[in-house]
Amino acid sequence: MRGSSRLRKHRRTLLNLATHLVLIGTLIAVAFPVYYAIVMGTHTHRDAYAFPPILMPGDQLWENMQVAWARINLGRLAFNSLFISIAVSVGKIVLSIMAAFAFTHFKFRGSWLLFPLTMITQMLPLPVRILPAFYLMASFGWLNTYYALTIPYLASTTGIILFRQFFLTVPDELSDAARVDGAKPLQYLWHILIPLSLTNIAALFVIEFVYIWNEYLWPLVVTTQADMRVAQIGLRMLYTSERAAAEWNIVMAGLFMIMLPPLVVLILLRRQFAQGIAMQSTK
Amino acid sequence: MNRFPGHSILPYALIFPTVTVIAVFLIVPFVQAIHMAFFRISPFGRVRVYTGLRNFEELLRSPEYLQSFLNTMLFCAIVIGVGLGVSLFIAVLATQKIRGAAFYQVAFIWTYAMSPAIAGVIWALMFDPSVGIFTALLETITGFRLNFTTDAVGAFLLVTIASIWIMLGYNICFYIAGLQNVPHELKEAALVDGAGPWKAFWIITFPMLSPTTAFLIFVNTLYAFFMVFGMLDVVTQGGPGQATEFLVYKIYRDGFARLREGQAAAQSVFLFLMVASIAGFQIWVSTKRAVYSR
Repeated sequence: MRGSSRLRKHRRTLLNLATHLVLIGTLIAVAFPVYYAIVMGTHTHRDAYAFPPILMPGDQLWENMQVAWARINLGRLAFNSLFISIAVSVGKIVLSIMAAFAFTHFKFRGSWLLFPLTMITQMLPLPVRILPAFYLMASFGWLNTYYALTIPYLASTTGIILFRQFFLTVPDELSDAARVDGAKPLQYLWHILIPLSLTNIAALFVIEFVYIWNEYLWPLVVTTQADMRVAQIGLRMLYTSERAAAEWNIVMAGLFMIMLPPLVVLILLRRQFAQGIAMQSTK
Repeated sequence: MNRFPGHSILPYALIFPTVTVIAVFLIVPFVQAIHMAFFRISPFGRVRVYTGLRNFEELLRSPEYLQSFLNTMLFCAIVIGVGLGVSLFIAVLATQKIRGAAFYQVAFIWTYAMSPAIAGVIWALMFDPSVGIFTALLETITGFRLNFTTDAVGAFLLVTIASIWIMLGYNICFYIAGLQNVPHELKEAALVDGAGPWKAFWIITFPMLSPTTAFLIFVNTLYAFFMVFGMLDVVTQGGPGQATEFLVYKIYRDGFARLREGQAAAQSVFLFLMVASIAGFQIWVSTKRAVYSR
């Protein structure tokens, strides 16, 4: 009896070890392309094209970053991307808190709108309306402006659902008490509900910041001036020049800078993001 | 529900901005797209002639459109099939009773922050005809030297692998969350009743995960249909030939480069029908879940 239980324990340990090995192996395989890309950005042109390839980082990252930065005017592009990412994220958070508050705390004739609005935003991604949307921007005179890059993004049913889920879990006693104390609805929202929602706010911020920073098609269509382009389009400019000049090291130094902001936001707020995902997946 | 009676205007004011944005920037352009699809439009929109269903007919008869449709479907099927399979496998391993499970959840999520354009360029390096490690590896194994700038298969492979890669973090994260919601008692009951772990997984865990799977199929389809655009525009421009001119790229090219606006609008309508049916499927599955969790 004892022998078999010890055997089972051994088998368990071995199995756990194998599980870890497979997981870590997969992790390395998934991370390797990024590692190699960044290493490429740390080499001189000659080392970058050495054979066999050099897998250890070199010391040229800073120099390469400067070249890439200057070539596509990345300072301006990154500012544009940062500005629209933050503006849209904050705007979406504000708008979806307002709407979620309306849908959870009031009885009104518009409350049936929640479901159709969710359906509509899911079913009408940009490509199914892109030409008229472009002409709409042109008729507003919004081409090459921050208006076109921000305002059409502001509605977020993901956000409304996220906050609605959470508001429904807040006990009624809280709003009752606030009402008895004479608080207006917006005072209750501002002083009680929003401070309780910080995790959801952070989760939505990550989702939207990453999404907007990585947006490509819409910024491509509504901007033509070099100083209104965004960082993702800058990557194309770098990559296209590489195809002509064979400078992987410069491209990858630029790519490193363009990839960093959403990655930093995600890593800093990973816990809130994971909670937001858990909430979404149990809706 | 009504926690603040006596405020009749306020809720309308609160939903007004959201409703306005959706109406002006989503619904109105979509209705216009449907309208445009019935016209033949000269470049830059100067002349419009009503042509009825001709744009749709031409599309359905066009071999390029059919090819683009088939390529997109194949791409989508591989991204979903292989991507979700691998993700589920990793998520199941990471939720075993092992130490460091929390670490793995965080360790895989970062691919979520990569943009399709970034992923495309990273994998273009791996696939580079002269210095690409993947190309070298493939040549050692198969003796075949891949060049994604001239081989249709190479370009398709590049885009597919980069796409599976980029979605891994998101898929794994959702599967881990989903697996943690599967009640332990059910699995243990099946094990006690004599089902092996393999069988217990397929008869208990996998069906319990179906809302997560349906949701991920929807998200991955959206990726394969739309989000992939940045990768295509940076790395392949739809080529070589037409190999990676997926539906979204074709709309863009026909609408903005080839100036065939009526045709592009008709494509938008078809694309909408596809998204709508997939969204409908996802909603159907997730309402069915209500039966499970009761």
